[in-house]
Amino acid sequence: MKKLSWFNLTTLTLGFAFLYIPMIVLIVYSFNGGRLVTVWAGFSTKWYGTLFHNEAFLDAAWVTIRVAVATATLATILGTLAGYVLVRGGRFWGRTLFSGMAYAPLVMPDVILGLSLLLLFKVMFGSMGMTTIILAHTTFAMCYVSVVVSSRLLSFDKSLEEAASDLGATPFDTFMSVTLPIIFPAVLSGWLLAFTLSLDDLVIASFVTGPGATTLPIKIYSAVRLGVSPEINALSTIMIGIVTVGVLTASLLNKRKVVQRLKDEKAAN
Amino acid sequence: MAQSPRPSSNPTNVFAPWNDPNAKPLIQFKNVTKRFGDFTAVDDLTIDIYEREFFALLGPSGCGKTTLMRMLAGFESPTEGSILLGGQDIVPVPPNKRPVNMMFQSYALFPHLTVWDNIAFGLRRDGLGKDAINDRVKEMLRLTRLDKFAKRKPHQISGGQRQRVALARSLAKAPKLLLLDEPLGALDKKLRNETQFELMDIQEKTGTTFVIVTHDQEEAMTVASRVAVMDHGKMVQVDTPAGIYEAPNSVYVADFIGDVNLIEGNAKVEGNTVTIHFAECAAPITAVCERPIADGQRVSYAIRPEKISVNREPLDDRANHVKGKIEDIGYLGNVSTYHVRLPSGELVSALMTNSRRLARRDFTWEDEVWLSWTDTAGVVLTE
Repeated sequence: MKKLSWFNLTTLTLGFAFLYIPMIVLIVYSFNGGRLVTVWAGFSTKWYGTLFHNEAFLDAAWVTIRVAVATATLATILGTLAGYVLVRGGRFWGRTLFSGMAYAPLVMPDVILGLSLLLLFKVMFGSMGMTTIILAHTTFAMCYVSVVVSSRLLSFDKSLEEAASDLGATPFDTFMSVTLPIIFPAVLSGWLLAFTLSLDDLVIASFVTGPGATTLPIKIYSAVRLGVSPEINALSTIMIGIVTVGVLTASLLNKRKVVQRLKDEKAAN
Repeated sequence: MAQSPRPSSNPTNVFAPWNDPNAKPLIQFKNVTKRFGDFTAVDDLTIDIYEREFFALLGPSGCGKTTLMRMLAGFESPTEGSILLGGQDIVPVPPNKRPVNMMFQSYALFPHLTVWDNIAFGLRRDGLGKDAINDRVKEMLRLTRLDKFAKRKPHQISGGQRQRVALARSLAKAPKLLLLDEPLGALDKKLRNETQFELMDIQEKTGTTFVIVTHDQEEAMTVASRVAVMDHGKMVQVDTPAGIYEAPNSVYVADFIGDVNLIEGNAKVEGNTVTIHFAECAAPITAVCERPIADGQRVSYAIRPEKISVNREPLDDRANHVKGKIEDIGYLGNVSTYHVRLPSGELVSALMTNSRRLARRDFTWEDEVWLSWTDTAGVVLTE
């Protein structure tokens, strides 16, 4: 192991501190026994208890999860197809326009996207609800999925698809039996990305939400306006915990697979 | 082996459908041109390939050989001209509907499927019954000696085994035509030599027509019944390996296949004998030439190093003798290459078998020697 120089050590520490101190403060204060968020009054887990009896928060969490799952699934299907066409479609007419338009929402300000979707949904449906949030989230999440999937497809050996077609598979059959199974990890991470994007979106959701469709970020934001309660700290800590466990599991599984593969290859040669 | 496709000692049994005017070709390229933008990959090419042939496309990279193969597989379509398979135009037929299979340079094995499932992939698309698929996969595994590896994934087997899986997969559907794109490029030399003979064996056993793309001339010569030497989208010469080697039709072919000495000079014609004057102070080279050559024409004389013998004295039974000085000796164990400088300045290489132990070798550096060869040993080329 190489020893780090003082300069590197300092920048590393500062960088990580910048990233993680806010979260650590939040986690520490979620175990605060007092009512005031900023004054430490001894260790306690009571806010976790009250959180699980707060119907409004639990409802919002349930709505958020349903929205996120639906969004992630829709965005993955659409984004994968878009990515596939962009990489494999060759030089069809309007390709540049299509790729530009597929990626534009990535840099479009959320406020503008939210506002335009609000206007569209008003004309289309009249009223807002969970469906409109799902549609709105799908719109911007699918761009991220298509970026992830198309970058995977760029490094995909095209001769695999040619081999499948050479052996008698139709283009659809080739996609389902060869392309999709091989790029599946990228599709899965696209799904997870879309899921987290939907989970933490506040701006767009607040434009297109309606009665009975309050997502967790909206709920937290409105609760904070009345004063930050330690309950919200507890809720946020739980969310951080879930995300951490998810990311760790995914990377561990992936690493084990890579190690196994390397071992196999060594044994084969 | 009554129907061996390889030339045998019995002349009535020689496999040479290209010389038989009644033979029906399996594949016909008719004035095929393929352009990519401004670049012409295949230039107005016409060729017939016959059933049971092992046809090699040989040439440097960018000569159009891979494009030609991809047009047969259906991945590219010709800009002009037509391609017939068994008399039918296959240009409009998509790759998945052609009775043609291809073995890819990268093998293109499906990494998520086992060896068994890789081989069964094409059979399943044919809608065969389960038993029929099982039987055929087993047969293919036996043919390629992969029985033990059926349950493994491609990354769990060695390079040579992967190559055999790719071959088994492309042969499983019993195609009329098998295309091999640099099939042995990824193997080391020893394994490559073994595999070449295996390929020929399998080709004979299955009776499939093989078209192989390679840039390795040794490989093409070993496996093929006919070799097409390609350059800039054209076939410069199509002939048997022996024909290509012994009677190249151009300087390009002579130079591309094997080692050759090329000597330029002016031709003087007397009947079918040509004398080539290549230097003021040197005796002319005498050669027998079937091709019509104009008197005084500038020609290249091509002679292979192994056709020249190196001796202390000129050999009287040979038509050509020149004196020179040994400049370099390349010792390869079984043979030695002598680089001999002629008084006129040309450097000629000659190959001699080391029939004696090295300690008893006759010549060494700076020795004066005589080079001798017959009047039929070389070829007179006009291009």
